[in-house]
Amino acid sequence: MDLFEYQGKQYFARYDIAVSAGGVALTIDEAVAQAELAKYPVVIKAQVQVGGRGKAGGIKLANNAEEVRLHAKNILGMNIKGHIVKRVWVEHASDIAEEYYASFTLDRSAKRHLLMLSAQGGVEIEHVAVVDPTAIVKLHINPVEGLTLDAAKRAVVDARITEKAQDGVAAMLVKLYECFTKGDCDLAEINPLILKSNGEVHALDAKVTLDDNAAFRHPEWDEYRATEELDERESLAREKNLQYIGLDGSVGIIANGAGLAMSTLDVVNQVGGKAANFLDIGGGANAELMTAALEVINSDINVKSIFINIFGGITRGDEVAKGIVEAIKRVKLRAPIVIRLDGTNATEGRAIIATAGIAESQLISRATMLEAARSAVEIAGKK
Amino acid sequence: MAIFVNEKTKVLVQGLTGGQGRFHGLRNRDYGTQVVAGVTPGKAGQDVEGIKIYDTVESAVAATGATASFIAVPPKAAPAAILEAARAGIGFVVCITEGVPAQDEARVFATLQRDFPKTRLLGPNCPGIISPGKCNIGITAGEIAALPTAKGPNVGIVSRSGTLTYQALYELKQRNIGVSTCVGIGGDPVPGTSFVDCLAEFQSDPETHAIIMIGEIGGTAEEEAAEFIMTHVTKPMSAYIAGVTAPAGKKMGHAGAIVSGGKGTAQGKMDALRSAGVKVGLNPTEACELMVQIIASM
Repeated sequence: MDLFEYQGKQYFARYDIAVSAGGVALTIDEAVAQAELAKYPVVIKAQVQVGGRGKAGGIKLANNAEEVRLHAKNILGMNIKGHIVKRVWVEHASDIAEEYYASFTLDRSAKRHLLMLSAQGGVEIEHVAVVDPTAIVKLHINPVEGLTLDAAKRAVVDARITEKAQDGVAAMLVKLYECFTKGDCDLAEINPLILKSNGEVHALDAKVTLDDNAAFRHPEWDEYRATEELDERESLAREKNLQYIGLDGSVGIIANGAGLAMSTLDVVNQVGGKAANFLDIGGGANAELMTAALEVINSDINVKSIFINIFGGITRGDEVAKGIVEAIKRVKLRAPIVIRLDGTNATEGRAIIATAGIAESQLISRATMLEAARSAVEIAGKK
Repeated sequence: MAIFVNEKTKVLVQGLTGGQGRFHGLRNRDYGTQVVAGVTPGKAGQDVEGIKIYDTVESAVAATGATASFIAVPPKAAPAAILEAARAGIGFVVCITEGVPAQDEARVFATLQRDFPKTRLLGPNCPGIISPGKCNIGITAGEIAALPTAKGPNVGIVSRSGTLTYQALYELKQRNIGVSTCVGIGGDPVPGTSFVDCLAEFQSDPETHAIIMIGEIGGTAEEEAAEFIMTHVTKPMSAYIAGVTAPAGKKMGHAGAIVSGGKGTAQGKMDALRSAGVKVGLNPTEACELMVQIIASM
């Protein structure tokens, strides 16, 4: 789960990482109230999970209530690369002397934590990596040993960070590492990490991705869940506990297993169509699950055909077929289904589908993944 | 021969008294696997259909001589269960648990590497391993796996995905091609056993003559495999990579299946494997058909 900047800053604050005084606002009046609390001058920042806010006019300085009103009015509702701004973060403006970059991620290849640190902050790190790769210090950390203050200090010196900022940045790295590990982040990034003219260091931005698998030990994440921006289909799928990702094609997809679901998307694409979604119903594939899955797919007005791709392993094909037939009877579908059923007891399963008394205009059975994909794409029309 | 497990492997099940552990543990025994013990703290002395339960892995090993562990416990308990097995001297641990936090996986992996280098972990979040006719640990339906033939050629399978592994097993069986061992390494960010580990074993296993590899988007495991294949694998291979059409920045079901910052794309992985001499199919069936051609030419 990706956090908004303000949530990231609140999360950082839990680990004693210095951030500016500020608050979140959903309306112009709230923005003014937050500005009064934070003290002028303030910065008003659009809260969207996409880069390039500044260039799009989503970050503005304000010296008084009138300016806050003007900027908040312009920014709230603004469309930044397809993201509509619903909230702004209002914080006391910082006096910036220098800008740095710091982040922690898991390096999957090395199976170690990775610190990236640079004296060139405030720009995209991918850009720095291309233009001046030597400006980025990379330090692998053994997850069992953790990051010591000494190691952090060495990294700060290696990154050629100004001497008077070195102790402050090193201390912040140790706190950020704690936030990354104990806080179960996939990514904890500060860009820019600033040095103020008074010598203090401070996180001016926050980019945090949380590991959904760790939600069981973080009840404090519930409030972040509430602000996640899901489309209607995704909200419905979450309610029904399904692994669903909305896409923009016309072939609805249901498969058992994440790998098979991904593969189904690929095959649909291969024969000239486009999937409307990713949906993994897991191994069980019983009538309840299948009904829930069909209801979610049915809520997508772009769906012109539905491709159900099931491989029976332990769950036998005949059980799956019964579930599908039952589900089709329960849900009034707007689009026809093409099914491919293979694996254990697939022959029995196909017989159940063939004799269920469902019209062929509503349900077609195909022997292979490729044939089924072709039929589904033919019905949906090419992309 | 087979890799990692064989007919002599003695398996204990951590979590045998739970729903998943009982279901799959008993299925594994029915398949012919030597399931010698179960471990559930506080339930020593009980039994599950004749399989004795012990309080600790250590006491189960002492009583039965178990050499492998099958872990089917909830995500909260999985890291401690893996380390308990390693401490008790278990050499091969299969953890099917889905939903283990990545930070825990990284810590467990580093701990095994430092303190228990003789223990191999398969998973977490993996379907397990099957050496057809000899040993099945995990959730694979044993009946869809073809037995290896004495003369060969037999195929080794290594995969990040469960259902796609079944698909490959099934297609090979339909075509009467034997399987030496099928390993599901799982779809998490820090798998205990990698493609490279399995490829090295298959390369030195005399019973394996060709290899199918099934990868997916996210991470760099397939690229590392391609590099290894170039220098170390002489056996012919076919492969499939799932997720060509997956959108960037979205986790496709598996925690590790995500394209981020332009890295981990299916196209990049397919290109790497092709340049290592692997025949790459555009769907799972095509990868198996390519394997049929490879076998026919042997």
